[in-house]
Amino acid sequence: MPEITMLEAIREALFEEMERDPAVVALGEDIGVYGGAFKATEGLLAKFGRERVIDTPISETAIVGAACGMSYLGLRPVAEMQFIDFIACCFNQVTNFAAKSHYRWGAPVPMVLRGPSGGGVHGGPFHSANPEMYFVHTPGLKVVYPSTAYDAKGLLKSAIRDNNPVLFFEHKFLYRRIKEEIPAGDYTVPIGKAIVRREGRDLTILSYAAMAHVALEAAAVLAKEGIQAEVIDLRTLLPLDRETILGSVKKTNKLLIVHEDTRTGGIAGEIAAIVCEGAFEHLDGPIARVTALDTPVPYSPPLEEHFLPNAEKVVAAARELAKY
Amino acid sequence: MNTKLTREQHLELYYFMQLNRQLEDRLVKLFRQNKIVGGVYSSLGQEAVSIGTSYALEKRDWLAPMIRNIGTLLVKGFKPRDIFTQHMAKYTSPTHGKDGTSHFGDLKVRHVVSPISMLGDLIPVMAGVAMAGRYLGQNIVAMTWIGDGGSSTGAFHEGLNLAATQKAPFVLVIENNQWAYSTPVSLQVPIRNLADRAAAYGITSRIVDGNDVVAVYEASKAAVDECRAGRGPVLIEVKTMRMKGHAQHDPAEYVPKEMFEYWKTQDPIARYEAYLTKHALWDPKKKSEIDVRIERELDEDQKFAEESPMPAPETAEQGVYCEGCHTIAADWRRPKSEVMPPASSVEAVWKVTDFGAFARPAARAASVVAGVSSVQPARTEPAEVEVEKQQPLRVPFGRGPKDRSVELERREKLVEKPVRHKPHKRRRR
Ligand SMILES: Cc1ncc(C[n+]2csc(CCOP(=O)(O)OP(=O)(O)O)c2C)c(N)n1
Ligand SMILES: [Mg+2]
Repeated sequence: MPEITMLEAIREALFEEMERDPAVVALGEDIGVYGGAFKATEGLLAKFGRERVIDTPISETAIVGAACGMSYLGLRPVAEMQFIDFIACCFNQVTNFAAKSHYRWGAPVPMVLRGPSGGGVHGGPFHSANPEMYFVHTPGLKVVYPSTAYDAKGLLKSAIRDNNPVLFFEHKFLYRRIKEEIPAGDYTVPIGKAIVRREGRDLTILSYAAMAHVALEAAAVLAKEGIQAEVIDLRTLLPLDRETILGSVKKTNKLLIVHEDTRTGGIAGEIAAIVCEGAFEHLDGPIARVTALDTPVPYSPPLEEHFLPNAEKVVAAARELAKY
Repeated sequence: MNTKLTREQHLELYYFMQLNRQLEDRLVKLFRQNKIVGGVYSSLGQEAVSIGTSYALEKRDWLAPMIRNIGTLLVKGFKPRDIFTQHMAKYTSPTHGKDGTSHFGDLKVRHVVSPISMLGDLIPVMAGVAMAGRYLGQNIVAMTWIGDGGSSTGAFHEGLNLAATQKAPFVLVIENNQWAYSTPVSLQVPIRNLADRAAAYGITSRIVDGNDVVAVYEASKAAVDECRAGRGPVLIEVKTMRMKGHAQHDPAEYVPKEMFEYWKTQDPIARYEAYLTKHALWDPKKKSEIDVRIERELDEDQKFAEESPMPAPETAEQGVYCEGCHTIAADWRRPKSEVMPPASSVEAVWKVTDFGAFARPAARAASVVAGVSSVQPARTEPAEVEVEKQQPLRVPFGRGPKDRSVELERREKLVEKPVRHKPHKRRRR
């Protein structure tokens, strides 16, 4: 089986889901003839036509609003944000309209909102953001952030089949940089389940998206020093897989959380609280975190590299933690 | 009489308007007795808008009410008890106490989308409803309302722009009741007729006397028909007046007394009663029959609501997610094969017919000419006339200018002067 990129895996999921179910439609800016800014939707229009692959005006509120309306008639719209940063423009439609619909009046919104996110590509303050925590703080949404091609395909399929609004973050640094063999045809990866990427006994490194790869890189370095780190990839941020998190902490007794999101209000804080509530007596050291700085994402490469976590920073933090 | 409405329909319009008014009257009394949990947003004086517009929809059509459109919910088949229980936050309310007022809906039978408080947000949503209905071959029309104030939101523009580019079967009613909370319409919008905004989207618009229920119905029916024929969306501006404060807490002292005095003479129900009498569509006996029926229904439903339990506290935890409680299935009215490959396959190219080149200014709007004034300085002034020519056609009661009956009526002066758009005078630079 040939290796495919994460981008190709996402495209495959879209094709297969649209082929499986005529209720699945796609809408967004430049997704049709052009195939999307990153070509995630390339070829969809030719196959499924203009009624199902809708090039919209530059109008994020209209895109998400219309997707909500389509959902009410039983469609399963997949809306693209050209860059996830622009989701700020339709914050209200996402957090007030879509997220509260089922709770308020029992109207499910089976919509997927997907788009390229994350830094490391020198996109600057408006094309690099990780705005997941605004939405993790919003009951009614699900938030998914895969790190592998296999997971991207399986989770996107699950998201499309889910009856709730799912935000699907696609790390653009990973789009074409990772490749793997994945099974052809239909499979799903369940939303809400983390995965242990590397087993270890000395400490747990929790991460997701591009930072899951950084965590693995760090774990390899640590192993050479005799520190066996367990690496967990969250995959879904809402709902969080408490069981896997607590299970690992109870085993290793030490926790380091790594995320590319900024520090204050990042998911590390929430996980620290969960661990204090559920496994405090198992902790042998302070809960540590390696995160991006509390600044906007800077543009110039040396600045962005300083801003972002990397394997070195993770290794250093893990060494400190391992001393306890 | 200038309508195809039957006698039965005429009486039904009266029933709904009066039910709307009496229901809200009771809500106000319940509010004073502290039996309402949140606010009461009166649509007193605007009943003809809610009833006349929504009455033009068919059962299969979709609507999404705004806060002052309780009447539309009644027309769509919700009962007064739904509205009483919503306001009283009872477990028996359509949302089981999760939300209040007119914030509820029904996807399956009545095709009503629940509003949220954020003004304008329903517009893109209902554009999406209209698009999905067309995709599924349902031949439906979607309708929603927006206030004069709410028409300044970004969602209004984004939603209407998307609907227009998609030619969606969507009717948007701007309910111009002269006030947005305490702010007069003149400070909300720098134009006299809000319907003028239709020009920006290249869509049809109408202006109608919002206190004349038959006129509102006729304009809405025409708009709905146009949308169903694939010529949507349509924007309707109804001119009316909010006869109370923004909500019960607001005495509206900022509204000049004379303005209330004038609009009191335009009361939509009083006007309609006179109309029904003039056209011999009822007699005092019929009127009292309907009024008695309304009283009876309201008594029953109010009692039901007052005696209903509040929700159990722990139900607050339920229902954030759909965990299999709903089966989502679209109602296909066309063969699915039409939207599946190979039938759906197209050549992924744009067909461009207009190269978009700058044409001679004579045929262009003033703004364009102004933008290139260095090229065509002499044209800036007279070109203002061209803008007016580009205003979309606005016709009384929704019939086209070539409709002979319009011309005949005008000549015979049978009806009051139709409300017509007068171009707003521009200041000369
Ligand atoms: C986006 C948004 N901003 C502010 C408000 C608060 N608010 C509720 S109603 C209202 C006035 C609305 O005026 P208008 O749109 O003319 O409707 P009307 O009340 O006259 O029916 C305001 C400011 C809101 N609901 N939504
Ligand atoms: Mg108003």
